[in-house]
Amino acid sequence: MTRAETCVAACAEAWRGDGAVLASFAGLIPQLGARLAQLTFAPGLLVTDGEATLLRDGLEEGWLPYRQVFSMVAAGTRHVMMGASQLDRFGNQNISCVGPWERPTSQLLCVRGAPGNTINHPVSYWIPRHSPRVFVEQVDMVSGIGHDRGAYEIRRVVTNLAVLDFATPDRSMRLRSVHPGVTVDEVVAATGFPLTVPDQVPQTREPTGAELALIRERLDPDGRREREVR
Amino acid sequence: MDRVVSIEDAAAEVRDGMTVGIGGWGSRRKPMALVRALVRAGVRDLTLVTYGGPDVGLLVAAGCVRRIVTGFVSLDSIPLEPHFRAARAAGTIELTEYDEGMLYWGLLAAANRLPFLPIRAGLGSDVMRVNPGLRTVRSPYPDDTELVAVPATELDIAFVHLNRADAGGNARYLGPDPYFDDLFCLAAKKRFVSCERLVSTTELIESGPPQTLLINRSMVDGVIETPHGAHFTSCVPDYGRDEAFQREYADTGWETFRGRYLEGTEADYQLAVKR
Repeated sequence: MTRAETCVAACAEAWRGDGAVLASFAGLIPQLGARLAQLTFAPGLLVTDGEATLLRDGLEEGWLPYRQVFSMVAAGTRHVMMGASQLDRFGNQNISCVGPWERPTSQLLCVRGAPGNTINHPVSYWIPRHSPRVFVEQVDMVSGIGHDRGAYEIRRVVTNLAVLDFATPDRSMRLRSVHPGVTVDEVVAATGFPLTVPDQVPQTREPTGAELALIRERLDPDGRREREVR
Repeated sequence: MDRVVSIEDAAAEVRDGMTVGIGGWGSRRKPMALVRALVRAGVRDLTLVTYGGPDVGLLVAAGCVRRIVTGFVSLDSIPLEPHFRAARAAGTIELTEYDEGMLYWGLLAAANRLPFLPIRAGLGSDVMRVNPGLRTVRSPYPDDTELVAVPATELDIAFVHLNRADAGGNARYLGPDPYFDDLFCLAAKKRFVSCERLVSTTELIESGPPQTLLINRSMVDGVIETPHGAHFTSCVPDYGRDEAFQREYADTGWETFRGRYLEGTEADYQLAVKR
């Protein structure tokens, strides 16, 4: 079993318990996670092809143009796993630009739908390279809002090293589990702000045999997942 | 009833300093032939309202733009738009950075002749910081909810590209998503629709179900037939995105790209990209 496969199952876990909500994602690992969740323990999930078609087990089941996505955002019937160029301890996220907004050193995507997503419905994040460059004291531009700014719910942060959540009294970030082969110290060192670390940190669960078969044979037979996690 | 014009006629309606709405989404079904005509016309100081893609990049690189009003600028398969990035880093353009849903709401408000529409998106985020003119409103009902009052995004002119149209300006999309092209037209004083194929009204009606007749002739001032006119963005099912050409666009210096593809007419461009 590879790290990427552990990450796919960890991403899938973010959607556990979600009913008939739209599972949206940015990146291949979250996409595989959403599809795995839909095929196993979260069959109610709606998953798109990345454009306007809803897919169930790879087959078309409905239509969802962008204007309807915005209605689902406003209605709250969605749980998206976005990326983040920067993320702070309350879950404030930046995908807009690095450096001063007035004249950024690196212009990125702009805020996209992050403000609307984070205030309306559950949001999780996928970070393929856990580092102090991403996990910062303060983000340069608050695109997605964190718990200290009125976020609806930041549920999980899944990285190449660990799973994090916000199950603390002030809803700041906590280490939930480390992936097999990763130490707590490694995660702490790769995080640019003080992280709440419980006395006992469990290991991220490994994908089951059935989940591995789905990932390897059905969802990603070409192994593209291995290129997203290094 | 005949509203057929040339792309040069349509581009000539754009004056320096105007607010121009551009339909499509990212690198999908953009009215690129009209964008190229604006580059050739050399207009200046435009405010672009758009779900940004290479339309932004071309017009920014050509020096046509003062301000962008958008939620993102992306080439989809290439996440970041090189000319937009360069202009932001150089501080040569102004930006009104909205949540994607706010951009939709602003067009919806303009289309409905409302001064604003309330939305949750934006609250708590730096969208409020970087747009100091944005105001909030409170619900007059017992919930007392505070919401962002997205101002109407009124456009001087809108350009959209659809798959089929008739000479009067009725038009339909054939791909999976209408994007927001109807709203761009409804929010604008002048509206131009380019299309892959100009057909008779009968043929237009027979080309698909009524729900995909997105635009009617009350929403249009001019129709232009521009085959391959969304190139290099996607215009399914007529054609997909030209990924190789988009890669060349992203990797080539502006003056070289311009010299290679944008010096002549639209017909010259189409010939050059076929080689």
